[in-house]
Amino acid sequence: MTKTKKNSSAIQRRLIPSYIFLIIVCFISVFPIYWMLTAATNTSYDVSQGRIVFGGYALENFKALLKAASDSSKASLARVMWNSFLYAGLQTIISIFICSLAGYGFELYHDKNKDRLFGVLLLAMMIPGVATLIPLFTMMSRLHLLSTAAAFFLPGIATPFMIMMFRQNSRNFPTDIMEAARLDGLSEFAIFFRMYMPVMRSTYAAAAVICFMNAWNAYMWPRAVMTDNRAMTMQMLVANLSNGYTVDYGLLMMGVLFCSIPTMLIFFILQKQFAEGITGAVK
Amino acid sequence: MNKRRSIQAKQGRAGWMFLAPATILIFIMSFWPMIQAFIISLKKGSSANMTWQEPLYHNYERILQDTTFKTAMGNTFLYLLVEVPIMLILAILLAQILNNRDLKFRGLFRTMVFMPCAVSLVSYALIFKSLFATQGLINSALMHLGLISENINWLGTTATARAVIIIGLIWRWTGYNMVFYLAGLQNIEYSVYEAAKIDGANGWKTFWSITVPLLKPTIVMTVIMSINGTLQLFDESVNLTNGGPANTTITMSHYIWNMSLGQGVAKFGYASALAFVVFIMVGILAFINMKVGDTRD
Repeated sequence: MTKTKKNSSAIQRRLIPSYIFLIIVCFISVFPIYWMLTAATNTSYDVSQGRIVFGGYALENFKALLKAASDSSKASLARVMWNSFLYAGLQTIISIFICSLAGYGFELYHDKNKDRLFGVLLLAMMIPGVATLIPLFTMMSRLHLLSTAAAFFLPGIATPFMIMMFRQNSRNFPTDIMEAARLDGLSEFAIFFRMYMPVMRSTYAAAAVICFMNAWNAYMWPRAVMTDNRAMTMQMLVANLSNGYTVDYGLLMMGVLFCSIPTMLIFFILQKQFAEGITGAVK
Repeated sequence: MNKRRSIQAKQGRAGWMFLAPATILIFIMSFWPMIQAFIISLKKGSSANMTWQEPLYHNYERILQDTTFKTAMGNTFLYLLVEVPIMLILAILLAQILNNRDLKFRGLFRTMVFMPCAVSLVSYALIFKSLFATQGLINSALMHLGLISENINWLGTTATARAVIIIGLIWRWTGYNMVFYLAGLQNIEYSVYEAAKIDGANGWKTFWSITVPLLKPTIVMTVIMSINGTLQLFDESVNLTNGGPANTTITMSHYIWNMSLGQGVAKFGYASALAFVVFIMVGILAFINMKVGDTRD
């Protein structure tokens, strides 16, 4: 007993440099977020004076944010938040459905041609968003989809990354279940809905988290196609807040705070799924 | 196995049905626009009434004389060459440290290192913009410490503005990459480390002779992702520095944006030519990377 104790204290002593390094890294990682929270509760003047503790100006900053939102978007902050939730939510639901169908098909029905096709689809990963920006913008504009949720999510719902994630994770799906279900007379699609989807719910959760985060944080594409101010997203709104010559830091950070609340909540509640979602396709 | 194959052949049609929606979407939303981008890059005029350039490659010729694009390319590669190695080495080190089972508060440390990922790109760019503003916290902290006697105009000076973007990128993405390495390390049997310890290998040696080789596939992948991401940098350039001062920190995506949809100039043909060049660069770099990753064994 005393020996292991001694051993572990020796180990801990050897780890002191690691602890110091970690504490420095963690401080740098967390401080800007902490500062954002404090700045949202202080006046712009206090923020620029270097105040880094919470203040009592949060309500005023919030009111200023409401006003700035209605000034710049001709809609309320609630509307902009709702837009972001709606677009990201729709994109997430449709994306995980379509990509799980494909991942399932590529893995459980795989043959030479499908594997080849999968290889081709992977090439889409190399296409930079900015390269397809103009043709896609023109396409959305011709289809009269500008400023609609469809324009927001259509280019983002089928991604090689998501398909790959479902494909990799489908390896764990037991094929005997399929055989048994076929003997029971279930159709191929019924097997997918009744067997695959419930069994794979942890993959769905991870995929949904990463998909929602990406959609919520999207900036360039929404800025291109959500041309009507009433269709504005939170990212566009907060980016607009800093465009003036004088920046109200309290207001700006209140905006950033609102922009970050959903992603922060997801991060703290579903961190495991988030991490799985990030690495999901490379198991 | 044979039986499974024959069943698969029978179910083949159902299989294709599963793939169809996603495949069609990727063709319409990625491949087709890419072809269109190339066609547009041979044209002049904007959106509705575009005509062929004369000569066809004229837009590409223009790129060679475009100093702003050269700056944008230089910036992108500067960010790439400085930021990516620092970030990935930091991420591997952190993953290695956090993978040690003797470490206390591992979960807490991991959460904190990972936390920047919870902030959107626009948000963190604005946070850094505010922190590094002339009247910002960084300047007042340096003043209080007596390190500087007057405020530094971080974002108004080219060199420091570039540095701020690099610092921001490292801040935002180190934890993200660490997650990959942590996942990769969990696949390495812990007993390998115990054996190394018994053999008297120190931490540094273990790191170079066990961790790095075993993580190689993960490293190759994160390098590809980082290159891909860096070549497409947009949000930071727009929101942190707005490309300034005088377009000296602008990225390629940001410049293409300004040429096409951003500033009402709508030079679709020229912007598409630029975009196609970026596409080729991403492709070449990813290809080189995969080759290097393959042959080093």
